[in-house]
Amino acid sequence: MTDRFDLAVVGAGPAGLAAAVTAAEQGLRVGLVDAAARPGGQYWRHPAESVSQRDGHGTRTFRDLRRRLRALRDRGVLTYLPDRQVWFVERDEDGHVLRFTGTTTAAGGVLRSRALVLCPGGYDRQLPVPGWDLPGVMAAGGVQALLKGNRTLAGRRAVIAGTGPFLLPVATALADAGVEVVAVCEANHVTGWARNPLGAMAVPTKAVEALGYAAALLRHRVPYRMRTAVTAIHGTEEVEAVTLSAVDAEGRVITDRGRVEVDLVALGWGFTPSLELVTAVGADTRKDVDGSLVACVDEWQRASAPGVYVAGEATGVGGAELAVAEGELAGLTAASDLGGRRPARRVRELPVRGLRVGGLRVGRLRAAIRRRRAFATAMHLAHPVPAAWPDWLTPETTVCRCEEVTAGEVCRARDDLGAVDVRTVKLLARPGMGWCQGRICGYATAVLAAAGSGDQPSADDLRSLAHRSICAPVSLAELADSHPDSPPPDHQP
Amino acid sequence: MTEPVEFTLDGRPLSAVAGQSVAAALIDAGVRSWRTTRLRGRPRGVFCGIGVCFDCLITADGRTGVRACLLPVAEGMTLVSETSDSETSDSGAGGDD
Repeated sequence: MTDRFDLAVVGAGPAGLAAAVTAAEQGLRVGLVDAAARPGGQYWRHPAESVSQRDGHGTRTFRDLRRRLRALRDRGVLTYLPDRQVWFVERDEDGHVLRFTGTTTAAGGVLRSRALVLCPGGYDRQLPVPGWDLPGVMAAGGVQALLKGNRTLAGRRAVIAGTGPFLLPVATALADAGVEVVAVCEANHVTGWARNPLGAMAVPTKAVEALGYAAALLRHRVPYRMRTAVTAIHGTEEVEAVTLSAVDAEGRVITDRGRVEVDLVALGWGFTPSLELVTAVGADTRKDVDGSLVACVDEWQRASAPGVYVAGEATGVGGAELAVAEGELAGLTAASDLGGRRPARRVRELPVRGLRVGGLRVGRLRAAIRRRRAFATAMHLAHPVPAAWPDWLTPETTVCRCEEVTAGEVCRARDDLGAVDVRTVKLLARPGMGWCQGRICGYATAVLAAAGSGDQPSADDLRSLAHRSICAPVSLAELADSHPDSPPPDHQP
Repeated sequence: MTEPVEFTLDGRPLSAVAGQSVAAALIDAGVRSWRTTRLRGRPRGVFCGIGVCFDCLITADGRTGVRACLLPVAEGMTLVSETSDSETSDSGAGGDD
């Protein structure tokens, strides 16, 4: 039981793939655990048979990482464990112990490592709206996942709504696939991502990308409506129509723009990272510019907890290119900190593929990270969640989809039962206590709870929501098996 | 093209493309909900599509509470909807506090 990996990497999206491959190439024995059946994460999602024929954005980077992953597996220096979700992480005297469960059919087990890179990624941030629990209403990322991963159209006539640049690729992908997209509703007024010129100019490819989406929307005659929100969704057994409203800068409804018949509503309010593993290892967190809780890391991707590195969306939502750069840097840093197989002293002196280019490589990564972080900040500032969204709710609107807690029940806990913080609201009204453990309604619940005192949720509010003592649902049998007297199968390097 | 995958939902024969998730296969077959909620008996299908929300739970080959958006559909797979009166699951250790 003493044998352990040098490095465990959790997540095989852009950040995790880059971290695992880089660290293994530096001589570390790496275990890569991922919840999905195939590498690539949410961003590089692809059907089982192959990556889509049309070269998508960054596909070359993905192919390169996947080729290196296979080569490292063949050499036996990297163990790839797909279809597995980490549900518990703890420290022991030599590093970390990860307990995982099968996402679908894989068996559970244990992975021990000297150090840990967390690349948990993120998911669409959601706001409740009347009727959002009807079948046919989906997260924008889920609509994209069905299309990119399965070539499945989630509907025939769609409206895409929320805020942020991600609405554009979802709309164009649906339109390209033959779905009638009646509108893209952007709650903010966006004068291009160049509102903060410093940020937008730092990543010129992003401006080109935006022009490409704009052209595609024009070609398909899809209207892009700014300062417009879906404020109600109608239907009995599934979605039948939506109410579109013109909103002001705060999201307050100015005029009703009427009812539009659709069978698919794709909603997204930016992304929010999965932070449960970061909080589980006791690493420091902070509230980012977009209101999401994120991990604090130093300029080498080190978290505050010893032997823990974080890369990708969990350090602040910023997209795949930023995630790859952070993952690569985390892999280099971990290799340097652990000494690798070689007597490496610092990253700058690490031989990379036989060449002493470590310093250059780190400099290039740092510059890329700085540029893309500036862009992400500009993007977040241009696409805030409109503050007045709770006005769209009725007392009957479901907030917590799992436990079916309504907005009225959340507000009663706050106003009548005197819950002063989100934790107490949770205990009294039970939002966020179901299957998803508040991943979907957590942000909304925090905002509703804080609204009692006229505030936005604090970093502490977000922390109390992000903490999950068990990080993924696990069967009672597995819980029993994790007792020290009955150890589950070990995965050894 | 690969051979279609044959499966059933509540005894009804359906077919899918190999490699699809159960959720995708059901949506392609025109099925948008396969579960009802415990409290209000409301219909639910796929929402987040990436394994986060647990709205799309289904019973697959006798295993309850499986996320349809993550599970690949397989030849001969037997799917059963999870309605409020049939819902039984041993996977209840996810709740916090």
